[in-house]
Amino acid sequence: MKLEELRGKLSYQGILLGGAALLTSALLSFFSQATEADIKAAEAADLKQSLSQVLPGEYDNDLLKDTVTLPGSQDEVLVYRARRAGKVEAVVYRVTGYGYSGAILCVMGVSREGKILGVRVISHKETPGLGDKIEPARGDWIHAFEGKYLGDPPADKWAVKKDGGVFDQFAGATITPRAVVKAVKGGLEFFDSNKAKLLDEAGGVK
Amino acid sequence: MNEKYARITRDGLWDNNVVFAQMLALCPLLAVTSSATNGLGMGLATTTVLLLSNIIISSVRQFVSPEVRIPVYIVLIATLVTLVDMSLNAWAHELYKVLGLFIALIVVNCAILGRAESFASKNSVADAALDGLMMGLGFTASLVLIGGVREIFGSGTLFANAHLLLGPAFAFLETTIVPEYKGFLLMILPPGGFMVVGLLLAAKRVLDQRRAARIALIAQEA
Repeated sequence: MKLEELRGKLSYQGILLGGAALLTSALLSFFSQATEADIKAAEAADLKQSLSQVLPGEYDNDLLKDTVTLPGSQDEVLVYRARRAGKVEAVVYRVTGYGYSGAILCVMGVSREGKILGVRVISHKETPGLGDKIEPARGDWIHAFEGKYLGDPPADKWAVKKDGGVFDQFAGATITPRAVVKAVKGGLEFFDSNKAKLLDEAGGVK
Repeated sequence: MNEKYARITRDGLWDNNVVFAQMLALCPLLAVTSSATNGLGMGLATTTVLLLSNIIISSVRQFVSPEVRIPVYIVLIATLVTLVDMSLNAWAHELYKVLGLFIALIVVNCAILGRAESFASKNSVADAALDGLMMGLGFTASLVLIGGVREIFGSGTLFANAHLLLGPAFAFLETTIVPEYKGFLLMILPPGGFMVVGLLLAAKRVLDQRRAARIALIAQEA
């Protein structure tokens, strides 16, 4: 057969390999363009949904567009601001804790009075079955932060019970809740020291 | 003809099972089988890719020279997995959030290249499609079994969070086997996976040996 003779030739193999690579990369780049807009839209909807979980209530601006970036304790913090009639009512930003096995990424919402509206864990690598009770799907623990602020409980009580604080730890996992409590406390301190900028009131209303 | 299809089916599901006979794909296996639900998700995603890759490889088998077949297969499979990954992310985002992790792991799943090399490149498209489906189902069954055993001993539940994967209609699958269970961490971590795989492998060998002995006995009496 003619094809069988061809298959043995070096030039055929080179062209075959090149052709396969060309065809697949063309397919991939076409697909990447075709899906790009949909993927971005889905990710934005995701972000909006996770933000709205820590922001109860109605706001009349587009959160994702009203942002400000401020220097935090480690690196820059991207803050989303929720407004009602032009006035910043609440802010949302990410805080990171360091747990038993790496970073625990949380998002927290804080009202203009400095009270916590909500905290959610976005991603973590804590031990399944022990440390993962910080996820709202697996336990109520994360809701303990709601309504708390620096002062209630007092600064030295912002810790898990084992360290003399007010927040529960889990049986068999103290490091994970300790890390989250510390991260949330750090988030509130960040709010306190950047209050004017966060609430967009440094130089009067824009 | 029917016998051939029965042979392919038996091979995929039991005799030549990806995990318990070929001992392939152990890396993604140990990583995801901490629960039965995770095993099911990984199994279904792998079955889809295996079916598609077997069909594609089998339909181009005439044109691919044996000398360059491996790189060609790798390019085709990697492309396929990436396409599945992107289309799920764009058009089935809720499913992607659950399966996304598994799809990335399929690229390192040597079972897929193994089937392309040892079956799809030598057989017709229909045979290859059936082989891909059956190998995938056999793999899924093994993953659910291993995940189930680890979940029962590790956290005392079975099919926890199944509604996240299959939708709220399947919430009835979620059962708590041992209430107020304190958890047995070792089973959830990778060493527990090795132990469960080893024990189940031994059990399969025992079953197979008993069956072979029985068949030999019947043959002797006849």
